[in-house]
Amino acid sequence: MSGLAILIPVALFMGLCGLAFFFWAMHNDQFEDLEGAAHRVLIDDEAETSPDDEAI
Amino acid sequence: MTAALASRDLDVAMLCEDSRFVVPGMRCAGCISKIERGLAEIPGVVTARVNFSTKQVAVSHEPELGGDALLSAIEKLGFEAQLLADNPLAEDRGDTERLLRALAVAGFGMMNIMLLSVSVWSGAIGVTKDLFHWLSALIAVPVIAYSGRPFFASAAMALRYMRTNMDVPISIGILLATGLSLYETATGGAHAYFDGAVMLIFFLLTGRVLDGMMKDRAREGISALLKKTATGAMIVQDDGTTRWTKAEDILPDMIMHVAAGENLAADGIVMKGRSGFDISMLTGESDPQMRGEGDSVLAGTLNLTGPVNVRVTAAGQDTSISDIARLMDEAGQHRSFYIRVSDRASRYYAPAVHSLALLSFIGWMIAGAGWHQSLLIAVAVLIITCPCALGLAVPAAQVVASGALMRQGVMVKDGSALERLAQADRVVFDKTGTLTMGAALPENLDSLSPVQKAVALTLAQSSRHPVSQALRKALVQEEIMPLSEIEDISEVPGEGVNGVWQGKSVRLGRAEKAMQQITTELTIGDDLQIIYLNDELRPDARLAVDLFSKMGLSASILSGDKLEAVAPVARKLGITAQASACPEDKVEAITRLTQSGCNVLMVGDGLNDGPALAAAYVSIAPGSASDVGQQAADAVFTSDSLLPTAIAVKVARKTMQNVRQNFALAIGYNILAVPLAIAGMVTPLIAAIAMSMSSLIVVGNALRLRGAAK
Repeated sequence: MSGLAILIPVALFMGLCGLAFFFWAMHNDQFEDLEGAAHRVLIDDEAETSPDDEAI
Repeated sequence: MTAALASRDLDVAMLCEDSRFVVPGMRCAGCISKIERGLAEIPGVVTARVNFSTKQVAVSHEPELGGDALLSAIEKLGFEAQLLADNPLAEDRGDTERLLRALAVAGFGMMNIMLLSVSVWSGAIGVTKDLFHWLSALIAVPVIAYSGRPFFASAAMALRYMRTNMDVPISIGILLATGLSLYETATGGAHAYFDGAVMLIFFLLTGRVLDGMMKDRAREGISALLKKTATGAMIVQDDGTTRWTKAEDILPDMIMHVAAGENLAADGIVMKGRSGFDISMLTGESDPQMRGEGDSVLAGTLNLTGPVNVRVTAAGQDTSISDIARLMDEAGQHRSFYIRVSDRASRYYAPAVHSLALLSFIGWMIAGAGWHQSLLIAVAVLIITCPCALGLAVPAAQVVASGALMRQGVMVKDGSALERLAQADRVVFDKTGTLTMGAALPENLDSLSPVQKAVALTLAQSSRHPVSQALRKALVQEEIMPLSEIEDISEVPGEGVNGVWQGKSVRLGRAEKAMQQITTELTIGDDLQIIYLNDELRPDARLAVDLFSKMGLSASILSGDKLEAVAPVARKLGITAQASACPEDKVEAITRLTQSGCNVLMVGDGLNDGPALAAAYVSIAPGSASDVGQQAADAVFTSDSLLPTAIAVKVARKTMQNVRQNFALAIGYNILAVPLAIAGMVTPLIAAIAMSMSSLIVVGNALRLRGAAK
């Protein structure tokens, strides 16, 4: 019984974290291009350092 | 250093312009990186981002870099592209997003409450049970307050106008269940229905989200087809120079200089020059009309062959196009009276459910069960009958069906369009651009040698003239490769494209004689070849008409074209036709059919079809249609073949059949569950199982529609 005092808040907290993460993802347009995301994994990224980065 | 860089970046970001292009040819990861990297290398481009799902590229660039420059850059990368106008259909997607947020919260609440409920059902008693009920209440009340808002708002709106819709019984059920559960929790009662109330919201929101996603998807697809039309003209100034003037700033008596391949921005009279005009969008007439000095020309028509100067007689609101827009507004008003099938069902359902709950309350009171016990049973009846499955039945079937149709190239704008498509029992076609391709196709390509074809393609692809575009499309389809060694390619507007190939001068352009049929001339050195173009029937047109008649829809043609042009098409398809119909005639013909009791499906594309599309019970436009046509129509098909129009009706009927099955399932479930509820034998556990089972069955049944369009 005393375990519940810890376990239930932990479970709720984890659920809320998931919910917050989902909201964050939606706000950042993570679901805008689901098909594209699947394809982007396959792009070889050579020479991805932009000149700006080198300047700094 | 870093600070200076940052501030420069900021300046750039502030000055940036955004342009969106639609690139239908993207197929793989290679295309994504090719476009993004290719564009990023162009000076002036800040970022380029591909959205693969919508086949669009968003480019953020410096204002000096025009949309046309970017367009040709994308074309150089090997992709066909179109600049997207500011989207007139882009109603904010906020609605679906809000629903999705509510759904996420409801899902979170449902899972956590269920976790606690399962413990109670498994036999938690005493303090533990009370604690769990209190915890459930703590989660449920804010979740219901947040996620239930879409239902509460809609129910409140309906009640304010003394009407009832699906949301009224839902809201009453949820609020009563929550209130009673709170009371039970406070008094240490045995049952709390928090899980049921939240689960109800979750399932119903799923239906709403599906409905919203279906609308968004179709909107995006259709807006990607809307072309940026000419919204202005080159106006000849007093000193003889020309200046680009926006359509709304054009006044009567100005002189427009209209090059070949340009749309007219205003009505007027030709002052100088002679050219063929494509007026099919306005009237449906397929042959180009020759217009010389003193002849009048209309806004929205396309100048095909030569440059002309036109004195403006009517501009802006006074043009013949604006008349069509007004006619369309009037014709489209009946649409808002259509009542969706789910709302029609709830008209009978809501009063039945409410009186059932009330009767069980009164019944148990008379039987002497006490008001507390009676109220508990009444709430159980409300929860068990809440249209969980009903709320899912319609959107689930429609979203699966529209997905199946989309894979076949038909985009249905919303669920109500699918419902109306299923009820169509008469089909009326426009001719030009609908039964036929609308664009001229080269007829005698076979008589060209491979070398001639390659030269023709190379020249054709450097011109935007519609004839060149038609030729290019046909040649690309034959997998002809352009020659890279043609030099000095230049276009003389209204005359043709010239170049030099292996020392010989080559030319693709206007034939010497101005002819009624569209022709173009290919010369290589002294070699001359005339290419004839003709507007052909869409592939599968006959098949589509046959399928329509098999489904009991008799077809006819309603065209603005001349009888001589309509008759052969009608004969080929074996259907009746009415020719030379102006937009008013078309609306009248549709209205006449409607009054005789038909639900008319109108298939048309042109500006002249706009009012008829709006007046018909339901309408479909091809993807090549004018913007007006696409906006007026309920569905758009993107393939060349006409068959998808018939398939759309077939799928719509299957969908309605599926919806009816779902209704039957939901009602069958109620017949089983309601007696239990009235008898007072329903516990929260039974309610939870019954609700999720019926919803799952309904969704499973809807999924059978996935292959419906094959």
